[in-house]
Amino acid sequence: MADHTKARKLFETEITRKAVIESFKKLTPGHMIKNPVMFTVYVGSILTTGLWIQALAGKGEAAPGFIFAVSLWLWFTVLFANFAEAMAEGRGKAQADTLRKSRQEVKAKKLAKPDKNAKATEVLSGDLRKGDVVLVEAGDFIPADGEVVVGVAMVDESAITGESAPVVRESGGDRSAVTGGTRVISDWLVVQVSSNPGESFLDRMISMVEGAKRQKTPNEIALNILLAALTIVFLVVCATLLPFSIFSVFVSGSGQVVTVTVLVALFVCLAPTTIGGLLSAIGIAGMDRMIQANVIAMSGRAVEAAGDVDVLLLDKTGTITLGNRQATELIPASGVDVKDLAEAAQLSSLSDETPEGRSIVVLAKEKYGLRGHDIQDLKATFVPFTAQTRMSGVDIGKRAIRKGAAEAIEKYVKEEGGKYPEDVRTGVEAISRRGGTPLVVAEGKKVLGVIHLKDIVKGGIQERFAELRRMGIKTVMITGDNPLTAAAIAAEAGVDDFLAQATPEAKLKLIRESQAGGRLVAMAGDGTNDAPALAQADVAVAMNTGTQAAKEAGNMVDLDSNPTKLIEVVKIGKQLLMTRGSLTTFSIANDVAKYFAIIPAAFALTYPELNALNIMRLATPQSAILSAVIFNAVIIVFLVPLALKGVQYRPASASRLLRDNFIIYGLGGIIVPFVGIKAIDLILVALGLVK
Amino acid sequence: MTTNQWTQIGFFFVLLLLLVKPLGWYMARVYEHKPFFLGKWFGWLERLVYKICGVRPEEEMDWKGYALAMLIFNVVGGLILYAIERLQNHLPLNPAGQSAVPPDLAMNTAISFITNTNWQNYGGESTMSYFTQMAGLAVHNFLSAASGMATLAAFIRGFARKETKLLGNFWVDMTRTTLYILMPICVAIALALISRGIPQTFSNYPSATLVQPTSYDQPVTNAQGTPVTVDGKPQVTHVAVTEQSLAVGPVASQIAIKQFGTNGGGFYNANSANPYENPDPLTDLIEMLALLVVGFALCYTFGVMVGDKRQGWAVLFAMLLLLVPMVFLCVHSEQAGNPLLNHLTVGKEGASLNDGNMEGKEVRFGIVNSGLWATITTGTSCGAVNSMHDSFTPLGGFVPLWMLMLGEVAPGGVGSGLYVMIIFAIVAVFVAGLMVGRTPEYLGKKIQSYEMKMASLVILIPPMAILALTAIGVVTDAGRAGVSNPGAHGFSEILYAFTSQVANNGSAFAGLNGNTPFYNLMGSVAMWFGRFWLAIPCLAIAGSLARKKIVPQSSGTLPTHTVLFIIMLVSTVLIVGALTFFPALALGPIVEHLKMIHF
Repeated sequence: MADHTKARKLFETEITRKAVIESFKKLTPGHMIKNPVMFTVYVGSILTTGLWIQALAGKGEAAPGFIFAVSLWLWFTVLFANFAEAMAEGRGKAQADTLRKSRQEVKAKKLAKPDKNAKATEVLSGDLRKGDVVLVEAGDFIPADGEVVVGVAMVDESAITGESAPVVRESGGDRSAVTGGTRVISDWLVVQVSSNPGESFLDRMISMVEGAKRQKTPNEIALNILLAALTIVFLVVCATLLPFSIFSVFVSGSGQVVTVTVLVALFVCLAPTTIGGLLSAIGIAGMDRMIQANVIAMSGRAVEAAGDVDVLLLDKTGTITLGNRQATELIPASGVDVKDLAEAAQLSSLSDETPEGRSIVVLAKEKYGLRGHDIQDLKATFVPFTAQTRMSGVDIGKRAIRKGAAEAIEKYVKEEGGKYPEDVRTGVEAISRRGGTPLVVAEGKKVLGVIHLKDIVKGGIQERFAELRRMGIKTVMITGDNPLTAAAIAAEAGVDDFLAQATPEAKLKLIRESQAGGRLVAMAGDGTNDAPALAQADVAVAMNTGTQAAKEAGNMVDLDSNPTKLIEVVKIGKQLLMTRGSLTTFSIANDVAKYFAIIPAAFALTYPELNALNIMRLATPQSAILSAVIFNAVIIVFLVPLALKGVQYRPASASRLLRDNFIIYGLGGIIVPFVGIKAIDLILVALGLVK
Repeated sequence: MTTNQWTQIGFFFVLLLLLVKPLGWYMARVYEHKPFFLGKWFGWLERLVYKICGVRPEEEMDWKGYALAMLIFNVVGGLILYAIERLQNHLPLNPAGQSAVPPDLAMNTAISFITNTNWQNYGGESTMSYFTQMAGLAVHNFLSAASGMATLAAFIRGFARKETKLLGNFWVDMTRTTLYILMPICVAIALALISRGIPQTFSNYPSATLVQPTSYDQPVTNAQGTPVTVDGKPQVTHVAVTEQSLAVGPVASQIAIKQFGTNGGGFYNANSANPYENPDPLTDLIEMLALLVVGFALCYTFGVMVGDKRQGWAVLFAMLLLLVPMVFLCVHSEQAGNPLLNHLTVGKEGASLNDGNMEGKEVRFGIVNSGLWATITTGTSCGAVNSMHDSFTPLGGFVPLWMLMLGEVAPGGVGSGLYVMIIFAIVAVFVAGLMVGRTPEYLGKKIQSYEMKMASLVILIPPMAILALTAIGVVTDAGRAGVSNPGAHGFSEILYAFTSQVANNGSAFAGLNGNTPFYNLMGSVAMWFGRFWLAIPCLAIAGSLARKKIVPQSSGTLPTHTVLFIIMLVSTVLIVGALTFFPALALGPIVEHLKMIHF
């Protein structure tokens, strides 16, 4: 699946060829009945074919050539709709095939108990059941989805994510989930299998992509009902025209009753075949676009809900800010030289391998000209950070340098018999207020000063939030920071709201409250502690690097593990609905021109005066009817690219979008067929196909 | 069109819009159970009604309960009305000695009045006793109007409320509508009409001596009733007439509610063209205002009840956009007259016929007030007439037919018009919502498949019923027998009859003889479907919406009070109407018009 980041070409020859074959295979009644609108066209095609055969036998209601032409184009209408669906499915299948390649039967070392040294038996990956424990060593494929129970290893997940850099997988924590089909490239893992064959993550992905398990989404159902209702109305309109015509001939004493062929043609033109034929293609294509964005949606419903999202919950770290904070400033306590502070800060951070620690070393070096020391030369002992002390530092001989959170250092200094200076306290508060994280440095009982660690807001994120605001989506930043810090970062990043000191419970509560207010909530998460909130959110994007629990709770998985992807997801959801709405409008608006083409033609013999309605000046009644039918069929093919790519979406207010789309697809839908039908009529006349 | 005509139409609509806010506000008070002056005065009466009827006013109903109560009430009311008609010769207040109404006509009339249609296959003064008119027809004028308004109140509550099943108490809504809205205002209208000379009496038909005695030739008949002829010429006797019997009765009270409740069932056969129903331009103005004001004012009530008056105004303007251009088209077409006759002159003075089509119109109203009336009476479900629509020019007659085909939403019958219009708004919102990429919402309520299912029924049923019944009408001998005009106009007559009945309007292209078992029966079916098969899905939608949360507005929500949305709503109504009826219209009024101008 290495090519999934590239957009697939619209009409790949192979896919197109298969789609053409498929569109004929789909002509069975069993398949056609699933789409009520196209089913009526199907029945109409069969009916006119019958009339043609009758005409050939010499008992026809009109010239056999004319009935044949109408019948042929009705069949084309059905085939074109099938083709659209087959194209969309074909593109999905192509995706699925690349996925499937990564799922091969491999040999697995099944362990008797979750211990590396336990007795191992060789089994095939297909025989593994949920709860089995396997050993995976360097070079082995991971046989099934599972949870790492023992061990740490580098895993190549490029088969799933397309990302070539290997990732770390280890037991416990948020990086314990492994996916079947990926490969361990160093060390070993003991994995507990979490799914039965056929139910794995990959299996679900494949079936989603193939559209095999595609169920109609709520919105699609609602639209289908409307389309079915319109179809019934037009059926009645056309069916009653027969008695109306009989009566008109009776009272006017001239002309001839309208033929069934013409009525079927009129019906097919009026029924919303354009949207009816493209509807399933639009749905499949929407899912396909998600996959191209490297997001696997577990249901079409989730894709659709994405378009409706009102509130977006975003984790601060990694989404709004760069993953790590950086030291930007040193503030010495009164009476302390800034160089002394810088040296102490540097020493305390030498063996601190966190990004924050490294940034302190860099700051001391670059801003205060301190050369780096080697911790070995100093004969220093490193004091690691623990949750109890909430400090780290070094002991060099008698020097004990500590750095940590303000409260922790204050406690430490006081225990040592020292005093916590007032100006350090104000310095700490000032940093917090500005959204920074203060780290206080002390040597023995003396407080040296404060290091200012700053969150770096990602470039361009402000514009994205402004975009979301225009779309009517409220953004909420979730962070474990204190409210002061959170407020400052929220202001800098331009989010609408924030949740500070967020616990899993607080997140869940926030989501529930928003939902109770009628809002739809989207969030991204990766940790097990995110799982309850993910399960509660309407659109929940789990990071692929996240835990199994998070993936199970979410309804989408982002293979790139990029939380900002949520914005993409929302766009795709909206685009899906917009494509449906716009094509519905277009389809219905088309009917106006078709009436002007067919009605004068159908009653030309009874009421020649009605030719005044033939404003397109179509050559003959037969060419008028044929032109309308041909236009109706051909427009489906012309709109296939639009259905597959989706209507263009720009972030703008609802009123603006409506105005633009109403003009393009509503007014355009009225005008285009006038032009198209006239053009087809001219061609038919030029080719001498109609008298 | 002349300046005078523009001024008259403009004056009428300004006057109408001035009445919208006070009446709309007042009705909202009634339905929201907030204090108002009449409530203080007549509260005892309201409570007394509940006590007598055993209604527990605090017990609200869900949509099914509400719909059931509405149905039972109307069915029972219809049966009683049928009984009154059949037994009127045994009942009091029958000074003219009217006999029992035939069963098919009685059924048609009963359904006609409970459905707020008031289709009249009878002449009131020659068929119905005073008792039937008052205790039967006038009572149902009130109750069918109240029934529509109560349904609307429940429907609006579906939007205004959240996370509840309850839509209100049907009996309470009925009582309050009748007691606080219909009764007091109709008393005022009736008094105004009486002051202009409209009869209100129980006395027998008086006789008047003719100022100009007249005479006519009466054919002589033999004992079997067949005309006697001598040498192929019919024998006649000369009859001189010096006296005329004047049909009077409790007219004013019935006219008030027939207009105000958009019922339309006249006391007389000629309806408001009869001078006793509508003697002068002032009564004409009062009657026109009365028939239109509730429909528009309810939009304001709707706005108040959903807590956003702009929503009400938006719907109101959409209705105006559908109605006003049609008024102009109608008046213009009638003024243009018939090109085949325009060059002719009549009379000794050589009066030109080039002054518009006055056939079937009353001279005291002229073209503008006939055209205006014809448009608004079909824009509402009133159906009262002050001129004969059958005599209009093809395009002039197209206007009332078109207004009926739009589904009676501009502004439609009291209550029923607005709830159907809101259904159109739901459909418009659905398509518009999709176009902006969001599951559609209207007034904060998500529109999902259940709503679409019900809304589709509401939009589907009327055209299907109209077209199917017309089709039966034009192919059966019984249906063709009623047609009096040749050619395409005959088709228009049948189409109009069924459109009018499905739309619960009740006006007619009078050329059709509707009092036959065929039309009585088919008409009953049409009216029944047109009323209750729309009200029930509407209530179902209300029930489903009431259970939903109200989604707060954001810039991603589609605003439904903007010009853009009004255009969208109007387009939806027009497109549905046009796409459904274009072929039928082409074979009726359109071809009539084309034949006339191409002659």
